[in-house]
Amino acid sequence: MIYLDNAATSWPKPEAVYQAMDGFMCQVGASPGRSGHRLSIEAGRVVYETRESLARLFNIDDPLRIIFTSNATEALNVAINGVLRPGDHAITSSMEHNSVMRPLRALQERGVELTVVSCSKEGFLDPGGIEKAIKPNTRLIVLNHASNVVGTLLPVIEVGAIARRHGVLFCIDAAQSAGAYPLDVSFMKVDLLAFTGHKSLYGPQGTGGLYIRQGVEDVVEPLMRGGTGSRSDSEHQPDFLPDKYESGTPNTVGLAGLGAGVQFVLSRGVNALREKEEKLMYLLIEGLGAIPGVTLYGSGDAREQVAVLSFNIAGIASSEVAMRLEEEYDILCRPGLQCAPIAHKTLGTFPGGTVRVSPGYFTTEYEVDIVLRAIRNIASMGKGIGL
Amino acid sequence: MVLFHSISGALRAEKLLKAEGVPLKMIPVPRHLSSDCGICIRFERADELKVEGILGRSKLEIQGIHQI
Repeated sequence: MIYLDNAATSWPKPEAVYQAMDGFMCQVGASPGRSGHRLSIEAGRVVYETRESLARLFNIDDPLRIIFTSNATEALNVAINGVLRPGDHAITSSMEHNSVMRPLRALQERGVELTVVSCSKEGFLDPGGIEKAIKPNTRLIVLNHASNVVGTLLPVIEVGAIARRHGVLFCIDAAQSAGAYPLDVSFMKVDLLAFTGHKSLYGPQGTGGLYIRQGVEDVVEPLMRGGTGSRSDSEHQPDFLPDKYESGTPNTVGLAGLGAGVQFVLSRGVNALREKEEKLMYLLIEGLGAIPGVTLYGSGDAREQVAVLSFNIAGIASSEVAMRLEEEYDILCRPGLQCAPIAHKTLGTFPGGTVRVSPGYFTTEYEVDIVLRAIRNIASMGKGIGL
Repeated sequence: MVLFHSISGALRAEKLLKAEGVPLKMIPVPRHLSSDCGICIRFERADELKVEGILGRSKLEIQGIHQI
């Protein structure tokens, strides 16, 4: 079997991730931060170690500026719903995932103004377009760092500088880039950074988080309130991080796994991981581009994107290509719209969608070669059966 | 002993102090000292200045240092 759906969930995970989760369940198991006994303290240490490893990875001074959520979607909902009020104006791009678009569209119905800045049909964004869209009531700019459909990188450094200059909050959706591409929150001038644990950070599903810059928490309402293990004498939510945004018992076993995944990224180095994925992407782009009948979407340049590639075969629906790849060649990928209708409208692939292949750290060049041969075979057979 | 607003704060302090070689123990907060979180760090009186210095440099907010 060849797994090419790493953009949805990276798999397999480094061995240490399985061991950390098994070790936590068998030897610790308790609630973190809820009691003074040694298992509770040890569970707290596991969560804290994960926070610290992530802080190192993103160059965050204080690990307590990272709050844990169940995925990037929840983190983006905290950021977007927490900041925007009726009368505020928000700016985003036409390459976003629904984890950004749906919260924004819902707020638009409740009196938040929204500008969606158009990207090119390759998925690139002109930072000048963002600056032109800024108005006196602009409160927040939300951008994905790397597209989940074509992997294209958006100019977050330039937009961060623009946002800071205009006093507008800047939120990055790093679901596809955290762990796969260098991220430095102080250099990037980002106020809110949402990430997920189960993609290029090699953690399990159900883990993710949000970095909140010092002071920004004053204008970000929590999504949920509840027990935090702190200020138990008060019926009101604490105002300090991370407790303000972390109510209820967390996914400690998941965070144990995420910690091991981030350690894997730190020990290999983001640049080395990226180099490997860039090589695989180069082979895929070159190989697919040479097959008659195959249309590639996105940048067409492995250096300007993360390891996500979308294509179509003339005359065959994306769903049928994916089905044949699995049934005839045991290759797993993802067809359709990948939860990003606006990105497909930008690329000109709505509503049919694309076939998305996403290699990962554990994908080999040999496997890429098999995939290219399989796609060549399917394309050479011409018309599909109309699925 | 030193009290913190949150368990995450106490755990961060534990790592910082251990890295500087301060002998310490994480213990449940005594009931007569009201605390924001359930655990605190007990250390030797002789290390008080050192502890204050390390935590001050980290800009980690504490609820207070108490003698027991």
